[in-house]
Amino acid sequence: MFNIDKKLARGWSRMGPRAVYGQILFELAKTNPNLMTLSADLGRSSGLDRLSKEFPDQFLNVGIAEQNLIGISSGLARMGFDVFASTFAPFASLRAGEQVRMNMGYMQEPVRLVGLASGFALGFLGNSHYGLEDVAVMRSIPGITVISPADCVELYKCIVASLSYPGPIYIRLTGGVNMPVVYDADYEFDILKADVLYPISDITVVSAGATLGFAKRAIDELRGEGADIGLVNVHTIKPIDKDFIYNLGSVCKTVVVFEEHTIIGGLGAAIIDALDAANIRSTQVIRCGVNDEYPKAGDYDYVLHTLGLDSMGIKNKLCEFL
Amino acid sequence: MLESKNISQSIRGKIVRKAFECGESSHLGGALSMVDILCVLYQSVLKYDVKDFQSEDRDIFILSKGHCVLGWYAALNEFGLMTDPVFDTFQTNGSDLIAHPVKNLSLGIESSNGSLGQGLSFGLGIALGIKKKAQNRNVYVLMGDGECNEGAVWEATATASEIGLSNLVAIVDVNNFRNDGLNLTYQNNKSLPAIWSAFGWNVIEVDGHSHDALNVAFRAAKNENGGPSVIIAHTVKGCGVSFMESNNEWHHNRITSNVYDKILAEWGRNV
Repeated sequence: MFNIDKKLARGWSRMGPRAVYGQILFELAKTNPNLMTLSADLGRSSGLDRLSKEFPDQFLNVGIAEQNLIGISSGLARMGFDVFASTFAPFASLRAGEQVRMNMGYMQEPVRLVGLASGFALGFLGNSHYGLEDVAVMRSIPGITVISPADCVELYKCIVASLSYPGPIYIRLTGGVNMPVVYDADYEFDILKADVLYPISDITVVSAGATLGFAKRAIDELRGEGADIGLVNVHTIKPIDKDFIYNLGSVCKTVVVFEEHTIIGGLGAAIIDALDAANIRSTQVIRCGVNDEYPKAGDYDYVLHTLGLDSMGIKNKLCEFL
Repeated sequence: MLESKNISQSIRGKIVRKAFECGESSHLGGALSMVDILCVLYQSVLKYDVKDFQSEDRDIFILSKGHCVLGWYAALNEFGLMTDPVFDTFQTNGSDLIAHPVKNLSLGIESSNGSLGQGLSFGLGIALGIKKKAQNRNVYVLMGDGECNEGAVWEATATASEIGLSNLVAIVDVNNFRNDGLNLTYQNNKSLPAIWSAFGWNVIEVDGHSHDALNVAFRAAKNENGGPSVIIAHTVKGCGVSFMESNNEWHHNRITSNVYDKILAEWGRNV
């Protein structure tokens, strides 16, 4: 379908994950009549314009009705369709949270629910539209896999992998246009395996989503200055890769987690939970994200900067441990 | 073969017997009000295979007013779709049969319910999937009038008529009560038919205890090609047991041996 190379990665980065999501689904729809895409009046914001025009039978706008979105998507999934449903992250996880719980959790209907523009990607639209709690909510619902792709190439790998993955999935899109590129060549993507970008060492950064790209920029600079810092992409926040957790626990003294999410119940909390479940007490976890507050809104870069989640903030934070 | 009304009576007997035997509180009022609807559905409307609950051409039934599940289990047992040993596990620890439906395809239970207002969207999705696969099957979603207080119901009604799903039939068991008492919403339900109609549904109002009227209503619903149909079935909560009828004390209550004896005395026979 797509030949993954530097050019594609750069082009997709310019488009941003939402437009790329729509483009990927459009390509899939060409050969998969079983594919159904749904949205709660955010088809255009999901990049699904072209798909909805050229394959109208494979697209449904259920109206501004997220609860309905989950119910209908689940019924279609029950009927054997490959269902992708998309809306902004807080609406997917909170507005329709109980529908997600009943249909995707309790009944295990294999919907791929896509939380658009999570984190602070919606900038000036503010906290009503930010995805600050979606990971915590989704992670707490039994039997839902939670994936946060690092960039558009990983989003592609994730969507393709999801088609042969059993059970419901929440796919969290973060980052906007010109998001950092992490992957610019084809690579092995396994939903159940964390991807070690720089070997786990005394100090290791764990991240996911767009934040991983910002962290990688910071770490590239620090490594260039001679610092030994590991970096792991925990794209799948649930179920977490247990082998990775054991490796982390046996090598790493301090793991620093960066996430565009409240630190309550997010990726950092997932790492703490997993270390605890593995009875590993020797690894310290530092969580960097949103501290139980609604941050002052502004453009994406502004919010990242004020929270110390841009490359500069991440670098400064890491220097505390060097 | 029992007369249709006698089948209903037999289902009611199973409801009160099981409620008594389990020794726990059950949602009796709403279970008893929907008995005739279920009886007609399973007797002459739903397509199903007693030997294969997952047959590819079956109709789909969803009990969206999930708390009334005891009435459904009793009906399934009556129509040979649930064995006595399975039915006997109702509300026992670890059972598949608790006070709300839990999806169990091997038992013919298509959907988990209990959180009100969710069954219609799910049924809509299934009905849409059926249509896309060009199959000839219908989806029936049984709801309560109290359940129609849930906003999510109206999200589904709007979409179903917008996409013109003629294989989707909703039944509203209008017994006029909810947990706390009379359902005062929608002008005490008086405007409920007009509201469904305004959402673009074919509205059929019936006496929800008349098997003849229900049969006619279901045939009419099936013959509608223009879009989804709703059967607004006017019923009596607790129907069949004099002291439970329109007495919301029996919304969720326990049948003690005294009460059970009273019911048997009233019915003049064993159940």
